[in-house]
Amino acid sequence: MYDLIIIGAGPAGITAAVYAARKRLEFLVITADIGGQTAWSGDIENYTGYQFITGPDLTAKFEEHMRKYKVPVKESEEAVELKKTGDAIRVKTAKGEYESKTAIIASGKKSRELGVPGEREFKNKGLTYCATCDGPLFSGKVVAVIGGGNSALDAALQLMRIAKHVYIVNNTPRLGGDAIMREKVERSGIVTVMNDARVTSVLGDKMVRAIKVDKAGKEEDLSIQGVFVEIGLVPNSAFAKDIKKNEYGEIIVNCKNETNVPGIFAAGDVTDVPEKQIVIAAGEGSKAALAAFKYLNSL
Amino acid sequence: MAKKVLVYSTATCPFCIRAKQFLKENGIQFEDIDVSADENKASEMIKKSGQMGVPVIEIDGEFIVGFDKEKIKEVLGI
Repeated sequence: MYDLIIIGAGPAGITAAVYAARKRLEFLVITADIGGQTAWSGDIENYTGYQFITGPDLTAKFEEHMRKYKVPVKESEEAVELKKTGDAIRVKTAKGEYESKTAIIASGKKSRELGVPGEREFKNKGLTYCATCDGPLFSGKVVAVIGGGNSALDAALQLMRIAKHVYIVNNTPRLGGDAIMREKVERSGIVTVMNDARVTSVLGDKMVRAIKVDKAGKEEDLSIQGVFVEIGLVPNSAFAKDIKKNEYGEIIVNCKNETNVPGIFAAGDVTDVPEKQIVIAAGEGSKAALAAFKYLNSL
Repeated sequence: MAKKVLVYSTATCPFCIRAKQFLKENGIQFEDIDVSADENKASEMIKKSGQMGVPVIEIDGEFIVGFDKEKIKEVLGI
């Protein structure tokens, strides 16, 4: 039985791993990927010590720091169940089952999906969750950004420079986000904003060809060649069934990173801690590891 | 013989950078194709792979979509 299992290897999970290694705990990291959302980030200018660093470079630094301690990492492995029975915490993945005295959930957040027919089918075939990555492939094409907040506006701003025309399909009465970004989008002349509009399906053959949009009960087909889904993030917390969460699915923790189950801690963007920042996630990861260490000493 | 590795990428795509970092760390030689700079290459990638998302990694004619580390290791035999 391990002392500790850390689920996730973003800034929170990796920092927890560094602290756990320095406390010489017998532990394991189980994670779908390295870096989490940091790996997706473009330019980072607010992580202390780096006036400027890119997401991929900071991820590489994090990973290098963790690997220095020869931390055992089960990569490309996702937790599907976490359960405490008696004194043992069991973490189940598609590849195996692991037992531990404590656990830190640091599984972060992922892009929210539309949940409409055609979405999964056309992922990477015209539908994407990363405008920064795939935007340049849509040069001269007509595209739709789904969403109405800052990330949707940011995607629209990037696509304005590349695409022939950009639709913003927003399901609220008006666009949210920062005024300065809204103004830029509205002034561009090549962006059509559709408010109170919901995407009901994604259509196509080999590639995306249109989306169905419901506007006040009336459905229309919008011919587009690209769909950029920017409707926010959801916590990766579904596998932790017995852990208390708030209305957004974020794991509720106290100031010691304790969840409602003794021995199970959580850190970073998967929790209800206010402000989702790399520096905060890293700090929370260290707190969680130290809390787990104290808990182990009390057993 | 070393396998022929092509990385279709865009300059702004974080996972393309991670994928290239990974290949370099493992001493794998590859050709980097920036599809944002070359529209013909972009259509070639879409046509050959049926995919419209980067990175696409082509190893001896086999296509891997995204930075799928396990799959890359498996195909390269590392």
